[in-house]
Amino acid sequence: MQLTLEFGGGLELLCDSVKIHNVDVSPNNEVDKLTMKDLLVWVRANLIKERPEMFMKDDSVRPGVLVLVNDCDWELSGQLDTPLEEKDVVVFISTLHGG
Amino acid sequence: MAENHKKAAGRLCYLCNQRRAALKRPKTLEQFVIMFGLFVADSTVLAYVLSELNRRHNYGLDLFLLSVDEGITGYRDDSLETVKRNEIQYGLPLKIVSYKDLYGWTMDEIVKMIGLKNNCTFCGVFRRQALDRGAALLKVDKLVTGHNADDIAETVLLNILRGDIARLSRCTSITTGEDGPIPRCKPFKYTYEKEIVMYAYFKRLDYFSTECIYSPNAYRGFAREFIKDLERMRPRAILDIIKSGEDFRISTSTKMPEQGTCERCGYISSQKWCKACVLLEGLNKGLPKLGIGRSRGLDNNHWKDVKQSNGTKNIEGKQCGSLDF
Ligand SMILES: [Zn+2]
Ligand SMILES: [Zn+2]
Repeated sequence: MQLTLEFGGGLELLCDSVKIHNVDVSPNNEVDKLTMKDLLVWVRANLIKERPEMFMKDDSVRPGVLVLVNDCDWELSGQLDTPLEEKDVVVFISTLHGG
Repeated sequence: MAENHKKAAGRLCYLCNQRRAALKRPKTLEQFVIMFGLFVADSTVLAYVLSELNRRHNYGLDLFLLSVDEGITGYRDDSLETVKRNEIQYGLPLKIVSYKDLYGWTMDEIVKMIGLKNNCTFCGVFRRQALDRGAALLKVDKLVTGHNADDIAETVLLNILRGDIARLSRCTSITTGEDGPIPRCKPFKYTYEKEIVMYAYFKRLDYFSTECIYSPNAYRGFAREFIKDLERMRPRAILDIIKSGEDFRISTSTKMPEQGTCERCGYISSQKWCKACVLLEGLNKGLPKLGIGRSRGLDNNHWKDVKQSNGTKNIEGKQCGSLDF
């Protein structure tokens, strides 16, 4: 599944300072749809190069990281259960600016 | 300019244009300065919103941008570039004050001397004073900062933890220092950081965010973390904390530290010397520990709550992003 991921607010520093990533993520099996929960696991394993604790806490994003799925706040679409479709755009922005 | 608004006495209602206006806009301030702290998303949104409102409703404000150059190679350079772009985008004059000019030291030089242990203390103290001095140089009437609801809630908590009653009673005011030369005002007091960052994102505002190279992990410490955890569980918690800060009543018999001025530089201080002067004295004498930790002969009992002992969490040794009102 082709997705566009965007990192901002300093989060890009955790993935080689690249802001926009065009990625191909496949669901765990043929039946299941890909959800944000799966995507976070994938991002953590494949894109985050350092300090993953700045991005994630437990199985979600760290509090203070905004998530937008197709420019909609994921708190409105079910957070971790938000289903993802082909060509979706997911944006992660940290509001926790450093010192 | 305020002149345009002087005919307030006989002004007619904006809606019917016939009867006398029952509500009048408060006297327009002439000069405002928008401070660019480190929280550049907040300051950028503030600059955008204020200049937009000023333009749309003819407030007649003279707006300025004010930013600090700490002298951190490779870090501040980029962020100052962004602020310079803002100057052009919003058509607002920009003033940059530098640590080097004000104190004779850049942060690079300070870190070379003191190492990476207390550098954020220096950075924070110097920044606050630098912005006040910059505002004074610009001769403005009022200073506005982008402090948001999350910041205020964090400050309320920190002041309770430190037992700093004087600051606790001030920190929730929208405007402070009204008896001083330049009052400071926080228009985003009730605006969540989340809303501000979302706004900046959807408006595609050009702001800079990266980490201070001298404290890459300074994600603002435990109080901020705690606030963010609370927000996730119950978003209203942030406003509730601000409300409790506002409702705090301090017994009139409580002895408050007297607000005086620094004998050396004239900056407001409850001590003989202000914190910046104490720190600077330490740097210039080659004793950079001066002013950090327990008082050292300068009657700085203000810092008695600071324990510089090994291992204990030092609340006063704040990251340079921490707030101070
Ligand atoms: Zn710093
Ligand atoms: Zn002083």
